[in-house]
Formats: sequence, structure tokens, C-alpha cells
Amino acid sequence: MTGNAVLREVTLTLPMLPDMEVAASKTATAMAEYMQMTPDRIDEVRMAVIEACINAFEHSHAPDRKVYMTFEVLGKVEPELLRISVRDTGIGFVAGGVEKPRIASKLKAENKRGWGLEIIQGLMDSVEIDSSAGGGTTVVMSKRRSAGADSREAGELRR
Amino acid sequence: MTESLRVTVDRQDGFAIVYTEGYINNQGGEEIARVAYQLIDEGRKILLLNLNGTKIVNSIGISILIEIIEKMIEIDGKLGFCSLTPTIAKTFEIMGLSQYAQIFPDETLAIAGLRPSA
Repeated sequence: MTGNAVLREVTLTLPMLPDMEVAASKTATAMAEYMQMTPDRIDEVRMAVIEACINAFEHSHAPDRKVYMTFEVLGKVEPELLRISVRDTGIGFVAGGVEKPRIASKLKAENKRGWGLEIIQGLMDSVEIDSSAGGGTTVVMSKRRSAGADSREAGELRR
Repeated sequence: MTESLRVTVDRQDGFAIVYTEGYINNQGGEEIARVAYQLIDEGRKILLLNLNGTKIVNSIGISILIEIIEKMIEIDGKLGFCSLTPTIAKTFEIMGLSQYAQIFPDETLAIAGLRPSA
């Protein structure tokens, strides 16, 4: 990562309360608008943030009942990438151990949920999950300012 | 801070259109399901969900929509969606909903596609 900088950073601590994911999505929207992302890409970021928060709310069992978020706009001179980190201090999980949801089996199943990660991965340009049993979970997801942006550049900006 | 969903229904000959306005989260999804099951109980087998007034959904809300799809399959009915934002349409695509429910760009095309032929 050469010459890239954090051009703008916002941190947010969310209590795990109903609809607080919407507050997080509003911060994501403000950051994406600052970067002049297209409305469709902003919507995708917003939806991914909602899903990441809901996953933490529902599955982390974090003792402090909080989610810690960092929103960073990265770039050399102009904003190029929005990186969002969603961290909890909960029980963690084995990322590879999560079964990929399939609509055909969900239709017959009692439990129709479990789509969060699938949606996040489908809407963002890159997603990294760091989780361990008892060690909490951090989801880092990124989206380039525009779909046409040089993916090599975006790759450089990843951690 | 609670984001609520408003649901209204237009009962037409042989089918019904359900309009949503607001956030489809768990409460929103449950409200749509309540209305949909009521329409099914009235004997309607064709439902159109017009999401023009919904700009934001979450996976819990969509999971409840999957329950409605399951019910429609069970009664040999038809469920369609129309007027989705590009992101909601993409999310439905990621989840594979389009394999079991028809998705239309607007209400006119949806009615033409869902209405039983005379």
C-alpha cells in the first residue's frame, strides 16, 4: 500500500437495540455520498452495513451489547475506496463453517434465515472476516467509488 | 427510533396488490405476511407485492417473504414483486428469490404477467 491515505474517518459505537442498524446505514450513506458514489452503489453499501450490524446483533452474544464501527475513505488524492469495519466482542464463529444458504432448501426449512454474509459478499467489492471462538468478530468490507475503478488499485488499498 | 412499515391493499378481480411503504425488517415482514395470509384466506391465489415505497429491507424481513413464497407454492398460487430498487432487486437475485417468485419492473407489466388469462 503505497501513498494511500485515510482521507476521512468516522467511528461509531452502536448499542445492540432495535433498528440501530439504520443509524449505521446513515453514516455509511454520508461517507459514500462524500465520495460521490453513484446512488445505486450507495444503496448497496447501506444494505451491506445493515446486514453486518444485524449479524452482530443477532449472533455475537457480545457481553457489552455493542458494535464498534469504523468508516474510512481511502485514496491517494481523491476518494477511491470506502472501507467499513464492523467489530463485536462476542463468541465468534468459524467463518468456513457457515453453510452457504440455498433458496431451495430454505423454502422447506423451519429456519429461513442465515442470509447476511451471502448478501454482504454479493453487494460489496471485498469482504474479510476475522473471527475466533470467544475472540469476537470483525468484518471488514470495502467498496470502490465506482465500478470502473482500477481493481488493482483497490486491491492495494485492502489490508 | 423505530422504522415502521405501512401496508395497503388493492383487491382486484382475482388478485390483490399489496403496497409497502417503509423499512421491511422483521416487524415489516410480519405485517406483510399477516396481510398476505388474510388475502389467501379470502381465496386469493395471486398476489403482487409492489415495493415502490420501500427503499430499505433486511434479510430478516426477506426471510418472512420467503415464508409467503412457500405458502403460495403450497396453495398453487402466484406471487410477484414489482417496482424494486436496483439494490433490492440485486439482493433478491443473490438470494435466488427470482427462481420462485416473478419480479417485474413495474405494476402494469406485473399485472399483465400475473393475471390469469381469460
